Amino acid sequence: MSANAETWGAPPAEWTRSHLLGLETLSREEIILLLDTAERFRREILEDPRGTGRKIPLLTGRTIVNLFFENSTRTKTSFGLAGRRLGADVVDFAAATSSLSKGETIIDTAQNILAMGVDGVVIRHGCPGTPHILAQRLDRCSVLNAGDGTHEHPTQALLDILTIRRRFGRVEGLTVALVGDIAHSRTARSDIYGLKKLGANVIVCGPSTLVSQCWEKLGVEYSYSLDSILPRVDVFNLLRIQFERQVVRPFPSIREYALLYAMNAQRLAACKKDVLIIAPGPINRGVEITPEVADGPQSAILDQVTNGVAVRMAALWLTISAGQKNSN
Amino acid sequence: MKDLFLENARVIDPAAGLDRKANILIRAGKIAAVDPAEAPADAERLDLSGRIAAPGLIDLHVHLRQPGGEEDETIESGTLAAVAGGFTSIACCPNTQPPLDTQASVELVRQLALRARHCRVYPLCCISKNREGNELAELGVLFAAGAAGCTDDGAPVADAELMRRAMEYTLMFDKPVLSHAESLPLDKGGVMHEGLVSLELGLRGMPAAAEDIMVSRDIHLAEITGARLHVMHVSTAGAVAAIRRAKERGVKLSAEVTPHHLTLTDESLRSFDSNFKMNPPLRSARHVEACIEGLRDGTIDAIATDHAPHAREKKIRAINVAPFGIIGLETALPLMIEKFIDSGLLTWPQLIEKMSLNPSRILGIGKGTLAVGADADVTVIDPEAEWTLTEETIHSKSCNTPWLGRSFKGRAVMTIVEGEVRYKI
Repeated sequence: MSANAETWGAPPAEWTRSHLLGLETLSREEIILLLDTAERFRREILEDPRGTGRKIPLLTGRTIVNLFFENSTRTKTSFGLAGRRLGADVVDFAAATSSLSKGETIIDTAQNILAMGVDGVVIRHGCPGTPHILAQRLDRCSVLNAGDGTHEHPTQALLDILTIRRRFGRVEGLTVALVGDIAHSRTARSDIYGLKKLGANVIVCGPSTLVSQCWEKLGVEYSYSLDSILPRVDVFNLLRIQFERQVVRPFPSIREYALLYAMNAQRLAACKKDVLIIAPGPINRGVEITPEVADGPQSAILDQVTNGVAVRMAALWLTISAGQKNSN
Repeated sequence: MKDLFLENARVIDPAAGLDRKANILIRAGKIAAVDPAEAPADAERLDLSGRIAAPGLIDLHVHLRQPGGEEDETIESGTLAAVAGGFTSIACCPNTQPPLDTQASVELVRQLALRARHCRVYPLCCISKNREGNELAELGVLFAAGAAGCTDDGAPVADAELMRRAMEYTLMFDKPVLSHAESLPLDKGGVMHEGLVSLELGLRGMPAAAEDIMVSRDIHLAEITGARLHVMHVSTAGAVAAIRRAKERGVKLSAEVTPHHLTLTDESLRSFDSNFKMNPPLRSARHVEACIEGLRDGTIDAIATDHAPHAREKKIRAINVAPFGIIGLETALPLMIEKFIDSGLLTWPQLIEKMSLNPSRILGIGKGTLAVGADADVTVIDPEAEWTLTEETIHSKSCNTPWLGRSFKGRAVMTIVEGEVRYKI
């Protein structure tokens, strides 16, 4: 038996956006609303206190397309699961990228989607801004950004922040360090926008070829030395080195990177007692994180995955409901 | 051909220091008289009250795409766009398919331009064979065939020794070497200017240093060779400063800047609209200010459009794979009127100089004046004409411009080439 859509209530009127493109454009209040909604989905549906089958039919009869132009396992599965837990039909659209100068464009894809009568599109694309262009063309269909190149990955940041908030009970005043390949990380950008809006201090840390000093202009501290920041950080988010996006190799060897930046037991010992370790995954064990840390008590990597489903349920429900309201 | 008698225009001829109401008589494709006592009885009289008659505008930097890129532009459509924008002469780039590195291809472009009969076309030929940067193209043959200068344009000669040899070799022909100054390794994979905006948007940056380095290299090569170096589309404060210093110490060089680098910044990219993707990229406000100052103080000699048509299906692709560039022939003059005349940053004679006389001097084609005996290439400007740019008003085959839907005040309303009215609204 499913949870009751009647008792769940209508989507909050304060939420008016039919698309979720990034956290840079959201207000602090909108981010909190997303987090609160996700928290409720996690507690009342995913943790299944009343044996409701972990489902709630809030988007029954709605169709969501997963449009992934880049490889993904967990984000695609997480969005798919979130849609199904809301009672929607979820379809995967196999999309191949092409570097030809001509061929199907994102505009063609948008028109195809419109013609299919879809309510929500979850898009991942290698080029920054593609979800934004798509959203301009789709007025009766919600667009959710599941990662656009090295620009934003809003649901990943929301699940990071939800994980942090659940552990500490707050975000404001915490010091969060993003470690690794900041230059090529869309998660880093969304984390920065979201965390700053909620009052956290953010440090970006990694090799100088991957950490721009320009971040300072956006109110973010930068550091090249992981060892020097260990004692004052509440949360470490260990980002993957994105070899596939790098035009020139930014450091001499993986060995040297790991020596300088891998979170291992020795470094963990220099951290605060209640430090939280998160990572967007897939993790490279032995590069940015060693197994004893990844699987240890400070790690919330698996908790993040559960929060991911809750965050995506919130994002899908709020945007698709708002889209429906806007088009009425 | 009938004589033309242009009456009552404000005649601006920077070469002659002329800026007053005057009448002009055109006969047999030449300026026959300025302020003749009276018009010949059989002349066609054109009343240009309230308008400016200027020496025909000259665009140093146009991509006509033909041969090979006819889906983007043809010589017919590109030269029509030129006269519609007030240009009577244009220089076109050799990055066609095949590139302009043979006598046959240079002659083809000239023949097609003559057939189109809109504006004059001065082909620029390649520096190196197939624009590969390995060995010199047959520059002597190409100049003899009518090439006005040489450039490898968007495939800049990376080998400094080859560039030096090209400069030395052009000395005996007295032709300019035009440099698209860019260090390709620094810009590899780049989409926009490297700065705070590129960092925020996650779009790969193209640092100002990529331009500064090559401008400096080419200046030093021009200095030791004595060649006529022309720096194309200057966009950085560093390049402006380097050119200024070089001119001060007497290096023979000239430079151009595009209307878009004078009016837009990298902030535009926040829209993710590929019509803001250019090479060189739109820079930050600091660089734009430096270009404006460089144009005002004469460091930068000329305004050139870098008219770069791309068919819709190419330009609407995702911004990281869409081609660089926008069309510019039909918006250059209106944009520059708005930017410089309306604000008082430049006088009309100064603007005309930078869009006609100076480009002519750079190309060495003896134009840019309304003196008696000169070729009768005249642009008639209505500074008050109000109009809106739409796909329907564009004569170019492509519509890749960020100014669609924008209203302007001022434009060319008549373009006379070789004493013949080739465009008129």
